[in-house]
Amino acid sequence: MQETVHPDLLQVIIKSLALMGGVGAAFGIVLAYAAKKFAVETDPLVELVRAALPGANCGACGFAGCQGYAEAVVKDPTLSPGLCTPGKADVAALVAKIIGKVAPEVVPMVATVFCRGDECKASRRFVYEGVKDCRAAILVAGGDKTCQYGCLGYGSCFKACPFGAISMSPDNLPVIDHEKCTACGVCVSACPKSIIALTPTAKKVHIRCSSHDKGPVVKKACELGCVACGLCVKGCPEGAISMDNFLARIDYEKCTHCETCVMLCPQRTIEDQIDPSKETGPRTKLARKEDAGGGSEPADAPAAKAAKPA
Amino acid sequence: MLEDLGTIFIASALINNFVFSRYLGLCIFFGVSKKMETAVGMSMTFTAVMVISAALSWLVYNLVMLPAGLGFLKIVVFIGIVAGFVQGADTVLKKINPTLYHKLGIYLVLITTNCIILAVPVISSDEKYNFMQAITLGLGSGAGFSLALIIMASIRERLELANVPKPFQGMPIAFIVTGLIALAFLGFSGLITV
Repeated sequence: MQETVHPDLLQVIIKSLALMGGVGAAFGIVLAYAAKKFAVETDPLVELVRAALPGANCGACGFAGCQGYAEAVVKDPTLSPGLCTPGKADVAALVAKIIGKVAPEVVPMVATVFCRGDECKASRRFVYEGVKDCRAAILVAGGDKTCQYGCLGYGSCFKACPFGAISMSPDNLPVIDHEKCTACGVCVSACPKSIIALTPTAKKVHIRCSSHDKGPVVKKACELGCVACGLCVKGCPEGAISMDNFLARIDYEKCTHCETCVMLCPQRTIEDQIDPSKETGPRTKLARKEDAGGGSEPADAPAAKAAKPA
Repeated sequence: MLEDLGTIFIASALINNFVFSRYLGLCIFFGVSKKMETAVGMSMTFTAVMVISAALSWLVYNLVMLPAGLGFLKIVVFIGIVAGFVQGADTVLKKINPTLYHKLGIYLVLITTNCIILAVPVISSDEKYNFMQAITLGLGSGAGFSLALIIMASIRERLELANVPKPFQGMPIAFIVTGLIALAFLGFSGLITV
């Protein structure tokens, strides 16, 4: 048999090749020309800064994602390189090094929930059957908790956290994972009751209540609320606690973790997050004082507590 | 003439809506309809790319491919044209209008290999449309897709808060909603009798 290629077929093949090649070449030339003509000069520093940032796009810096902050911080010489809270001091130092700015001091922060009124400690005024979200629940007469300042427990913060650092306790109170929390502040703005705030990670004693109600009102609504008795204000050896409109507040700059207030609080509102199993600084100091027999009046009580769990 | 174009526009936007009647472009439809902002951005980019690529493909198809008898290559060539055009638009937009680029840039890349963008030149070549008709088809399809995206985005923003049973949360309920809207769009089918 003799194999011959049909002349028409050959022509079609040649034409097809020419067309595809032509289209390819035309676009190639146009694109190459466009790439040259419309080349955008990007600052290589932006790319470096972008790589140094965590890339979570949480918006804690106030810009639209990490790329936005990287561009702004390179462009604007007055902008602080330490705005990335999730990155903490390491990233601030790295960014500052890349763009030649001085790294500001970044105090590591962590989110703290200023309410202990969970399902069994704080009562509810009515049964809320709506959308299970704090921002929806608050629209119904300010939420179903009797305490109008307290945590609603429908987990808006839990859903908002971009780092999965918040979990809900079995009694519907948010629990912050200090390891995962980057202090981006997303939960702070997500909470309609504003009970979450950023506090210095190093400070472990918190007055975990947000209620500005008077004592009897608080007592009725919640087992663990601050009744504004003022015992902690009087007892604090550093004068770090003050009463602000029926709510005790700690000045974290002055607090030395002496734990006097933790012992004094009759409502157990003041929480001490120092792990009792760990021998942390101030605790050992107090224990030593006690051993030496020179325990001063306020130091006695915490030392006794420190000895207990051991 | 004008009446004819109006018919094509209405037909492609409502009666033969790409998402609800032809079931094309569903990946982008479900992907970007979670938020109104992205839906609007996508709609605008999509319509612009659709019109221009319809025009470009018409020119290449009718002036080069048909005279050379290479109509069978249209799908390959159209893909090349759309991809090349989108890439070019990306480059040019970055330089000329960085603000617009930041708003629409991310969608441009998604569009390159979208099936609706490919369907428009294929349909216009199958129907042997003239140049104006091809552009109108692109415009109508863009409007129809925008309509679908914006309807879906507004519903899905509300669905976020609705008390949906657990197995149906997310995509399943989105598909059900799409089916219901498609059912409603069936009502347009008698609008124009050709």
